[in-house]
Amino acid sequence: MSAEDWQLLWFTGRMAALSTCLVLPVGLALAWSLARARWRGKALVEALVSLPLVLPPVVTGLVLLKLFGRRGPLGHWLYQHLGWEVVFTWKAVVLALAVMSLPLFVWAARASLQEVNPLLEQLARTLGAGEWRVLFTITLPLARRGIIAGTMLAFARALGEFGATIMVAGNIPGQTTTLPVAIYYSVELGKDSRAWMLAGLSATLAFLAIWATQRLLRRPKR
Amino acid sequence: MPILLLVLGAGPAGRGGEQAGKGRATVIVFAAASLTDCLKEIAGGYEKRTGDRVVLNLAASSTLAVQVRAGARADLFFSADEAGMQALEDGGLIVKGTRRSRLSNSLAIIVAAEGGAEVNSPQDLAGAKIKRVALGDPQAVPAGVYAREYLRRLKLWSALEPKVVPMESVRAALAAVESGNVDAGIVYKTDAAVSRKVRIACEAPREDGPRISYPVALLADAPQPEAARGFLEHLGSEQAEAVFRKFGFIVLAGPVP
Repeated sequence: MSAEDWQLLWFTGRMAALSTCLVLPVGLALAWSLARARWRGKALVEALVSLPLVLPPVVTGLVLLKLFGRRGPLGHWLYQHLGWEVVFTWKAVVLALAVMSLPLFVWAARASLQEVNPLLEQLARTLGAGEWRVLFTITLPLARRGIIAGTMLAFARALGEFGATIMVAGNIPGQTTTLPVAIYYSVELGKDSRAWMLAGLSATLAFLAIWATQRLLRRPKR
Repeated sequence: MPILLLVLGAGPAGRGGEQAGKGRATVIVFAAASLTDCLKEIAGGYEKRTGDRVVLNLAASSTLAVQVRAGARADLFFSADEAGMQALEDGGLIVKGTRRSRLSNSLAIIVAAEGGAEVNSPQDLAGAKIKRVALGDPQAVPAGVYAREYLRRLKLWSALEPKVVPMESVRAALAAVESGNVDAGIVYKTDAAVSRKVRIACEAPREDGPRISYPVALLADAPQPEAARGFLEHLGSEQAEAVFRKFGFIVLAGPVP
């Protein structure tokens, strides 16, 4: 493996980790309010969050490109007020990965939050625990498995994302190229052996992610 | 129901000229993205005249060459550079004696028509105001390879390389400039001419620029060699050359020197 390949691996891993860090708080808040609270427009929000799961990734990419492009409504605002350029930078990579992996996390976390017995939370409240304490000592620990599984799913999805990434972040070596994009362009350039090598790397990463999840999910020995 | 018909209809068309016996063949042409508009016009006229169908697969020539090598069904290959064609010829993938190069082009630096950056010379691209420049991928896409060669001759490549956004074809580079997501781009003059959303900031004089040449040839595994020869011949006709000229291509009397 060349220095360039190590850089590629490190960059892709970092971007996927960053996007997962973004997905966690947003996704938990979403999952909790979808699982527990009743509010107007819930069905709409639920559909919107899940959309990247069912839409072709390039469509999600197209929407992001139009929103965050230099002349797009959000992209223009970010540039004017924060001086941020999004499209064709690493920020676009994180954005694409986060949007694409959010629904996977929300679905997994939501299902496990719904399974937490509300009686246990009620019990904690009657014993004097505040809402935050209930959340962090009762609800989240009990929903732990779904949250861990969702996190790993989101991370793995981010490692493999291609369609949306290529639309908003392009293929700038060393700046926005991720593993799947590099594989595509290696084939495109007729560099099949590099494509296979990178494909092997991807498979290794995916395997490690699944293995780590299984270890984390193993029930503690009593 | 209409959807079903569409799906069924796509089958025979995709397989190409199976109905050749009835006098209607389908010629599959793999052509450089920069030839998009002129080939559509030329093919349209040819279809009307002969009754044959011409299917165009338009992408970066480098991509098309990889597809041909992978065994894609195609009759003609119309490349934007000699390198891609040479690789196919060396691999025995084109029919000897059918290769011909009479088309040329030149490069232009473009900016968005509205609110585009102030660029008056190639040197301006190195300035601080220009943050990103879209090119065809300089590793493979002909337009990008030519642009890199041009910038190297001007001793600007090392200054510009970090700003380059490599795109998958010259038309993708054009689109990036149109959308305003990059500050400038280098494309063929003919690409700049088909878009109202960009303007030419400065042209690369042909003598400064690299030697741009568009070879075309019949592929060895062509499913419809006879019909393909007909269209290949038509591409060299005066009618077709008039269309190339109309779109700004340079038609040479002989091969590009």
